[in-house]
Formats: sequence, structure tokens, C-alpha cells
Amino acid sequence: MKDNRLFKRFVIGGTVGWIMLFGIIPTLMLTGASFLQRDPSELIRPVFSLESYVRLFAPALGSMIFKSLLMAAMATVLCLFIGYPFAYIVARAQKQRARWMLLLVMIPFWTNTLIRTYALIAVLKADGFLNTTLMFFGLIKAPLEIMYTQTAVFLGLIYTLLPFMILPLYAAIEKLDNRMLEASRDLGASRSKTFRKITIPLTMPGIVSGCMLVFLPALGMFYIPDILGGARTMLLGNYIRDQFLTSRDIPMGAAASIAMTMIMGLMLVIYYRSVRHAGRKVRQ
Amino acid sequence: MRQLIKTTYAGLVYLFLYLPLVVMAVYSFNASKYSLSWKGFTLKWYGKLLTNTTLIDAAIRSLTIAVISATIACILGTLVAFMLHQYRFQGRRAIFGSLFIMMMSPDIVIGISLLVLFLATGLTLGFWTLLMGHVTLCVPFVAATVYSRFKGFDTHVIEAAKDLGASEYQVFHQIVLPMAMPGLIAGWLLSFTLSLDDVIISFFTTGPTYEVLPLRIYSMVRLGIKPDVNALSVVMIVITVAAVLLSRRLIKDKK
Repeated sequence: MKDNRLFKRFVIGGTVGWIMLFGIIPTLMLTGASFLQRDPSELIRPVFSLESYVRLFAPALGSMIFKSLLMAAMATVLCLFIGYPFAYIVARAQKQRARWMLLLVMIPFWTNTLIRTYALIAVLKADGFLNTTLMFFGLIKAPLEIMYTQTAVFLGLIYTLLPFMILPLYAAIEKLDNRMLEASRDLGASRSKTFRKITIPLTMPGIVSGCMLVFLPALGMFYIPDILGGARTMLLGNYIRDQFLTSRDIPMGAAASIAMTMIMGLMLVIYYRSVRHAGRKVRQ
Repeated sequence: MRQLIKTTYAGLVYLFLYLPLVVMAVYSFNASKYSLSWKGFTLKWYGKLLTNTTLIDAAIRSLTIAVISATIACILGTLVAFMLHQYRFQGRRAIFGSLFIMMMSPDIVIGISLLVLFLATGLTLGFWTLLMGHVTLCVPFVAATVYSRFKGFDTHVIEAAKDLGASEYQVFHQIVLPMAMPGLIAGWLLSFTLSLDDVIISFFTTGPTYEVLPLRIYSMVRLGIKPDVNALSVVMIVITVAAVLLSRRLIKDKK
């Protein structure tokens, strides 16, 4: 019997300790750091201050954060519009075929995103595949300048994050009960009405989790703007990184990270609401 | 007609997903160094890759860290899942919550908070901090995968074993572990790919003494495209895909 308790204690103690050390304590330290002052030589001065948060909402920084949120949101919406019909097609295909189609989506998903971002250069650069092809067919006369613009960053985000949108959408659409759609049609609803009133609400959990999986990384993937964008394209992730590694302003970087965590929390709340709401709405 | 539209649409999405990979692969066999124009098939970039020790070393480091962190994350994650499934104690819900939050947290926030921890404790950034970073990234995913596998168990088997006098450890070692094996393999594999795929957490938690492949490529890209990087990227993609396909087969056989 003694052995039993020892094993149980070892397992619980070990895991709780691990979660404390690498999950909870670092988060508390980060939160703590965001409320302290910056010190040029010691990095942090242990004096309470709200300065970082005040600066976060100051016009200059505020507009950068807003732009970055807008860019991530637009990338998310585009992924949703491209991904939804695609996930629908896969979910409605024959079992065997769907499995292959899904596997083909997973392969880019498994490949390192930096390598994939890097691969995109070969397509987008001035003498890259896209320009060469378009010029070959005479569609354009001079190469399009895509590399080092916001468009390239956009394309990079959509390209690397699209699988993250398709997979949860597929899971949600696959679970969709066909009888619901048939019932709706039998009761005289048009195709578009069935889609709006039944398909969308029922797949809402997939839509929201797909959007989360795209939106949050889109804010934080600093290497995509670095590689594909010009110097002026900056996302929240680039800002956080620079605060920690270039400006050495840890309280400010911490405050920006906390802001990002808050955004994540907000999205989690929306997710839970949408799951419950969707269930209720269809039952009515 | 509808079918045609569907096929075309799916085809376009696949084209978008695969075009850059294909173009990169083609470049890696192209004799011309800079332009897309085809100057003949060559393997010289692969040959050059073999002599580029910094790149090869970085790739080996990436694979090493992926194997080690996947293994550790697998052990820890399985223990966490076992505990959550088997024991009832105070704070259980809190652990569920923390794991979920760790799983959903943006990579950059995980990376930054670990960096703050390492700075505060005065650890030198390198292999060990990177390992801790990757294990932290992977454990919640393993726990979730294995936990969902536990949920499908017949709990009567465990109760029967206990009635027959098995200790907690014996139950874990001789019953739970073998039954959870497919979940464990899936969790290991997920961790392996998460670790290989990670750029952001590595960026913050490793130092110049242990530079992994994505970071090496990241600093090389600023100096322009190198054909041997194309070659290495193709090799890495092939390794990842082969590992995943192999494991899928293993999991299927076990079922």
C-alpha cells in the first residue's frame, strides 16, 4: 500500500511541479515584469509602474498594434473564405478520396514554416516563377514587384496558415448531420437559406477555432514580415521581439505580450460562447 | 458541371499549397544558380550541401532536439494524462485549465515567458534551455492526445487488475501503457513535428552555441538565396513526410 501512495505522489507532484515551473511561474514573471520600470543597465528596476501599458495605448504604438491586428484579421478572413469551400469539398468527397485529399493538406502542415516561407521567395521574387510565367504568356510586360511589400507578407501568412484553417473546418463539416440539411430543404428553405441558417451555425465551432489558429500565429510570426516584407511591415510579434532583443525594454515587451494573451483570452471566450450558442440555436 | 467547379477549386488550392515547394525542389536541381531558366539537371547543390558543415550540423541539431524533446514530452505528457484520468484530487480542474491555456498560447508568448524565466535564473541559453522550451511546447499536446485515448478505455480491466492485487505502478506499467501505445506514438510524432516546425520558441530559447536549422536558414536568407539551402529544405521535407507516413502505418497496424 505504501508503494501505491508513493507512486501516486510521485506522479502528481512531478506533473504539478512541472506545470508550475514552466507554465505558471514564467507567466507570472512576465505579468510581473510588465508592471515594472525599465532600467538601462539592469534591464528591470523593481519599481511598480503602469508606464508600459500607458505607452501601449499611446497613438504611435496604438496605430501599429491596430494595423497589425487588422492585417492578421484580414489574413484570417481570407483563409476562411478560401478554406471553407475547400473543407466542404473534402468533407463531402468519398471516404477514400477524402483521406487522400486531407493527407495532401497535412504535408505542407508538417513542413517547417520557415522553410515554406523561404520557398515562397522563389515564386514571388522579380525573376521568380510567378513573374516569369506571367511574362511568358504576355499578361504583364514588366515584373510585378511583390517581394518586400505588404502583399508578400499577406501571401506568406495565408500560405503558411491555410492548413490551420482547413483542418478544424473539415472536422466540423464532416460531423454535420446530413438529415438536418435535408430537413431544411424539405421544409422549403432555399440552398442559400439552408447554408446560412443550418450549415454556418452548426459549423461555427470549427469556424471559430480555425480563425483562432490562424489569427494568433498571424500576429506573432515575426519572421514572415522579416523575410517577405519590407522594413515598414511590422506585426505585433516583430515589436515584441525587438523590445526584448534590440531595445532591451523588457517591461514594454512584457506588456505587449500580455496584451496578446488578453486577445487570446477574448477569443477563447468567443469560442465557448459560439459552441454553446450554436448548439442551442439549431435545437430551437 | 458542379463536379467540375469543385475539382477545379480544390485543384487551385492544392496548386497554391504546393507551387512554392515544387518550385523550390526544381531550383534545387537546376544548374543555373540565380535565374529560374532551366540550365540543365544537376546534383551539384546536393553535393555542395554535403560539404556545408554549418548547415548539416544545424540540421542534425534540429533532428536531435526533436527526438529528445519528443521522447521527454511523451513521458511527461503520458504521466499527466494518466494522472488526470486516474486520480481525483484538488486542483485537477486547475491543471486541465493550465494545460489548455499552454496549448492555446501564442508561440511568441511561450517563448518570451521562458526567456524571462531563463534570464531571471541566469541560465545560459543553449541546448538545455532549448530542450526545456520544446518540451514545454509539446507536453500539453501529448497529454491531450493520450488522455483522449485513455477515455476510450474499458475501466473494468484496471479495476480487475487492482482487485487481483496489482499495485498502482503495475497497473500503469502493464495495463495502461500498452493500451495507450497508439496514443503515445501519435503524441511522440506530433511532438517531433512540432519541434521540427518550431521557429519562434527556438528563436528565444536557444543561444549561439546551439543553432538549429530554421534559425540558420533565417540568418542565411538575409544574404540571399543559396541553392544548397533549397537542397537541404527538400531533404528535410522528405524526412518529415517519410516519418509521418511511417508512423501512420505503425499506428494503423497497432489498431
